Amino acid sequence: MLITQLKDKETIVSLTEGKKVFIINCHGCKEVHFPEKEAKELQDEMTADGKVTGILTTDYICNPDNLKLRLEKHAEEIKAADAVLVLSCGVGVQTVAGYLEDKPVYAACDTYPLPGFQGVTPLEYDCDQCGECYLNLTGGICPITACSKSLVNGQCGGSKNGKCEVDSEMECGWERIYRRLAQLGRLDVLKCPTQVRNYATDEEVSKAE
Amino acid sequence: MKITEAFERGEFVVTAEVGPPKGCHIENMLEEAKTYLSDITAVNVTDNQSSVMRLGSLAVCKALKDEGLTPIFQMTCRDRNRIALESDLLSAAMFGIENLLLLTGDHTKLGDHPQAKPVFDLDSVSLIHTVKQLESGVDLGGNELVGEPPKFAKGAVVSPCSDSVDVQLAKMERKVAAGAEYFQTQAVYEPEKFIQFMEKAKQFGKPVQLGIVIPKSVGMCRYMNANVAGIHIPEEMIDELKADKEKTKAGITGVEIAARIIRECKPYCQGVHIMAMGWESKVPSLLEQAGLR
Repeated sequence: MLITQLKDKETIVSLTEGKKVFIINCHGCKEVHFPEKEAKELQDEMTADGKVTGILTTDYICNPDNLKLRLEKHAEEIKAADAVLVLSCGVGVQTVAGYLEDKPVYAACDTYPLPGFQGVTPLEYDCDQCGECYLNLTGGICPITACSKSLVNGQCGGSKNGKCEVDSEMECGWERIYRRLAQLGRLDVLKCPTQVRNYATDEEVSKAE
Repeated sequence: MKITEAFERGEFVVTAEVGPPKGCHIENMLEEAKTYLSDITAVNVTDNQSSVMRLGSLAVCKALKDEGLTPIFQMTCRDRNRIALESDLLSAAMFGIENLLLLTGDHTKLGDHPQAKPVFDLDSVSLIHTVKQLESGVDLGGNELVGEPPKFAKGAVVSPCSDSVDVQLAKMERKVAAGAEYFQTQAVYEPEKFIQFMEKAKQFGKPVQLGIVIPKSVGMCRYMNANVAGIHIPEEMIDELKADKEKTKAGITGVEIAARIIRECKPYCQGVHIMAMGWESKVPSLLEQAGLR
């Protein structure tokens, strides 16, 4: 199980500054914890500012077939948006980013672990519930789970023919990230400040709950 | 002496590396280093290279320094968390070791302890950032150091002939932004690719040392082509090694090839880094044939 926690408002504002956004709320695991009240406040505010092209509130967006059907109904609203803001766990964000390849997809939440059952996680995406979601810096591809070393500052020197040094069947996660950012015209994101992982957060949050 | 001072003087900086033994006796290694590597700018000491457990880099750096050589302390993020890395950096400073080469490191699965836990608490970029932080008198936890903070020459690596060179350049830029002051490259066998790389890398304004591994045999080349990231040895070069088996075995052909690569790339870079891998004795003749002595 997991806890999704809204990122701080400053982060979300800077991600969506000057952009029209389509918002997706996933209530699939909400019996555990979904920041419903804060999420509604945020979305009301953004809607009042005229930034929102549409809102989809659904469940289990981590199921690609399910997600596809629901997104199809909102195709026009998504088309009108510059970016898609997803309020879900890391798997949900990655599933949306995988489906909407040409659209910047942003994570509005950080995901923390709780023991037990997890959504309907398909095998192709994984969320390590690290509590400091990196998907906004990596084009919606998780560097924690897509890279054998969970590197957060770019590719190591170990990729050969696009494959990982640890597993010749596994594509280099950072090459995937680079390609996706190039496709989105957002290679500038790679110039972000040095990332230093914080292993304290999940522990502290679990205690606070 | 800091290696960055040599770059600032405009020298074409020559370094080589030694790999500590799997054991605690270094007499032979020290003797070889003193005999063949004493007139170059600095000597790298590898850190459990290829994830194979060996004698520690820091201890060998200290031993080299005591013999009058200038060591470069290689540090990877595979085996230590940030507390151990920072502590070893302070230990290095206490020994007067001033040069660092900061790497992510190969995965544990590639080495002789595949059962070990891979750490990677930090990576090459955040390790460079950590060194900068210590130099400012504060550790990564935000706590003040006692007394004068350490000061290092901060080196990093890049793979110029990688099949994903643009991804490598993006990483290089992050290393420069984090505080990297010089670069050593993966072994180069394709000068034209290296030159193209340098055309793009020169925008970062940091000195780059061409990486050289002397090709020892056809088998070694085939192995590297199949298994080592960022290395492609062209077939014509392998043919050269095939031509005269005796000459290849004696190291003459390998040294000729390596010297030729250095001569071709020299106008485009600021130094050369030789990874002799047991052929330290060939370094003086290589430098001579490359026109560096």
